[in-house]
Amino acid sequence: MKKLIATITFGLAVMAMVLMAAPAQKKMIQIKGSDTMVNLVQILAEEYMAKNPGTALAVLGGGSGTGITAIINQTCEIANHSREWKQKEIDQAWEKGVRPRFFAIAVDGLSIIVNEKNTLEKLTMAELGAIYRGEIRNWSALGGPSKAVSLYGRQSNSGTYVFMQEHVLNNKNYSTDMKEMNGNAQIIEGVLQDEAGIGYVGVGYLFDENKKVRKGLKILNIAKDTKSQAFSPLDRAAVDNGSYPVARALYQATNGRPDGVAAAFIAWETGPEGQMIVEREGFFTIGAKYKEQNDKSLR
Amino acid sequence: MRWFKKGRWRQSSSLVFQLIETFWGGEGEDLPHSGEKSASLKSLRGKRTLARWKESAVKAFFFANGILAIIVLIGIFGILLSTAIPAFKEIPLAEFAKKTWDPTSPEKAQYGLLSMIVSTLMCTAGALLIAIPLGLGVAAYLSDVAHWRVREIVKPIVEILAGIPSVVTGFLGIVLFGPVIAKIFHTGHGLNAVNGSFLLAIMSLPTIISISEDSLNAVPSAYAEASLALGGSKWQTLVRVKVPAALSGIIASFMLGMGRAIGETMTVLMATGNARSFPHGFLDSIRTMTANIAIELGEVPYYTTHYYALFAIGLVLFIMTFIVNMIADVILNKYQQREL
Repeated sequence: MKKLIATITFGLAVMAMVLMAAPAQKKMIQIKGSDTMVNLVQILAEEYMAKNPGTALAVLGGGSGTGITAIINQTCEIANHSREWKQKEIDQAWEKGVRPRFFAIAVDGLSIIVNEKNTLEKLTMAELGAIYRGEIRNWSALGGPSKAVSLYGRQSNSGTYVFMQEHVLNNKNYSTDMKEMNGNAQIIEGVLQDEAGIGYVGVGYLFDENKKVRKGLKILNIAKDTKSQAFSPLDRAAVDNGSYPVARALYQATNGRPDGVAAAFIAWETGPEGQMIVEREGFFTIGAKYKEQNDKSLR
Repeated sequence: MRWFKKGRWRQSSSLVFQLIETFWGGEGEDLPHSGEKSASLKSLRGKRTLARWKESAVKAFFFANGILAIIVLIGIFGILLSTAIPAFKEIPLAEFAKKTWDPTSPEKAQYGLLSMIVSTLMCTAGALLIAIPLGLGVAAYLSDVAHWRVREIVKPIVEILAGIPSVVTGFLGIVLFGPVIAKIFHTGHGLNAVNGSFLLAIMSLPTIISISEDSLNAVPSAYAEASLALGGSKWQTLVRVKVPAALSGIIASFMLGMGRAIGETMTVLMATGNARSFPHGFLDSIRTMTANIAIELGEVPYYTTHYYALFAIGLVLFIMTFIVNMIADVILNKYQQREL
């Protein structure tokens, strides 16, 4: 009996100590959202924390939809999103007293990948849309091998899923035959194994640790229409000037004007040091247009 | 405290019992037997009322424990039902009976459950098709054929198999079974119902083996001895005598294995490809109900039609497992009556 009381007392004491110690920790900035951006932002956060001891940033994935929902519900400070907000989401945010501000931190050439055994080299936007809507079901229709197209895509909480649906599928439904994968890496693994596979991933995921394009992958060149030239997402200039048709900005959103650590972090990310890391990780730096927007949002 | 020290209660010397014994101060101060006249009548009576009070307190404690399980079950069912009902108000039943599920569609939201229900049933059936013969075989081997040393080694290993996290099993499905299945069936990829069935079979095997083996071992040895004495071979004894005698436990193990397979989420989420189309065979990519809930519940805006519809899927899943359990119960009852 005495032992029991002693144990309970000790347990309570330990719990009390843990609970009291928690608020003493430094304030953690939560960053949540896009799976396409999670690796990049993780690296940015690590470097930033190394340079600024005393700051704490936690980066989580879950998909752009998850991040945007988290900002609306005010459960995180910064949301990563690889697509723009839907009007419905902005309305929801305003209803809850959240005033979202957006910052572009990098540019992504959304890359369309196939297995290297596929003889196809390029696609137009219309063809790509038709493939993912399930209208083109065999590669032979496009001059490729006679194999049934095997679609790889993301799940509906992914910003990339929504971006593709809005910009490539012209707001039509995806084919229900599309295999919905958990992340960019899983799509790449799928396409590497599947000779008839096609997938879409952020450009930063194409490279191995030596910064070379992963072996076994073929990156398709994409043309706006049959008359225009097809470009690769690796072509910096084409992504910058918009001739690569599925380029997009990668954003972070905050509730209202950011302050303190969040503001300093965003300023650092969009500044020269942050942008150097963005480029090193395979994504593209933001142009003058986005910089101007960012400055406006910071003010 | 003699009540506890008697017979069966003592055997299950779980932590709870030990705790109660310490709390009620049972250490050696047993009630005096009625024959002894050591203490005065007054103090004896006092002790008796105390003992009675203790006993009713203990009874109440165990009654509360028993009721708790029911309260939790009713609570869960209540929440599930109350969250799912708005879905049935907002979506006509005929919509649920359709094939396509696409609640975030920019064209028109669709809430068809048929493909998912068929996918779940297909995956579970496939898993049982593999796991039942294999599991029963292993159980029979362990209980009747294997040397006791082999059994002592194999049984714990089988039970460790049950402890492998489902994420790890799913990962095996992606990197190991997927490519093999793709090679064997020339499908290009191995993210399909075969893969899911295979992994779910692995996950339900430990349950089936462990419980079947236990119930085969629990068959009184007189049964087997009688059969052998009448000239039955070892095989005949096993198939005609021991398995029928242990059938209630064996069927229970199948049902528990099935429950595991229907409810499993992470493994199928990783290994079956999650395509929303209606499956036309085991080589198609499928999306089960559990995987769908796991994929979409994280990002769905709360208190929308989509949110309620996900709970409606949960309700359907609940009803399915409920029916499975009911059928198991009915089979067991029928069998036991026949035996009597």
